[in-house]
Amino acid sequence: MTAVNDKPARLIGGPGILLVWLYGVMVVGAVSRSVYQIATEFDRAPLAYSLSAVAGVVYGFITYSLVRGGEKARRAALACCAAELAGVLIVGTWTLVDPSAFPDATVWSKYGMGYVFIPVLLPLSALYWLRKAQQRN
Amino acid sequence: MLDALTLATGVAALLLAAWCGWAAYRDQPTKDWHFIGMAVVSLLALVQLVVGIVQLARGEKAEQGTTIFVAYLLGAFACIPAAGFMSLAERTRWGSVTVAAGGVVLAVLEVRLYDIWGG
Repeated sequence: MTAVNDKPARLIGGPGILLVWLYGVMVVGAVSRSVYQIATEFDRAPLAYSLSAVAGVVYGFITYSLVRGGEKARRAALACCAAELAGVLIVGTWTLVDPSAFPDATVWSKYGMGYVFIPVLLPLSALYWLRKAQQRN
Repeated sequence: MLDALTLATGVAALLLAAWCGWAAYRDQPTKDWHFIGMAVVSLLALVQLVVGIVQLARGEKAEQGTTIFVAYLLGAFACIPAAGFMSLAERTRWGSVTVAAGGVVLAVLEVRLYDIWGG
């Protein structure tokens, strides 16, 4: 890349704006939910509430990376989306196999069924989008 | 009163979603009329926020807790304006898709609000 072309790659053009919106919604959902639950009834389901908080942080980081743009942010977002997908699959399976570990639901319970499966669809579309963004540049 | 408002806001949100979805289908960005529609839905959500807080102040209780109720009211109010600003930044069909998604999210929030209030 030459100095002239050094402008950070835009990641929020076109379909990217929809991803930012959905991730933004998930940030608000996961963070506010976990803050409330951790503050009021943490002892009831510590594992579930901590996982929700982690999910919120991951969503927040991906949203920030998408808005910021550029190759570094794209790679960071790519890694986080992969981690997010792994998280959804692991926690989703975990909640099905051993429901007793989760007295209350997390954002990722049953592959995100409580959130219309957006938690499992979102990382898939984001991974696709971020890979395409690389080819475009 | 609150239940009627919740229903009205939810239906209006779905209509807005369908309308903006139609614009996206025809490959159009959001236009002035869409923004007027968003303003109407946002106004409904604002009235709902005020009525909800007034009901709480009068001593009525939300079934699933005051904090959650107020948080959802605030979220419902912020939902459409946030999506609207994003569609201003993205003057393509994808801006319209974003507002349509915002309408669906608001409709879901209204269903949750109905449960939280204990209708």
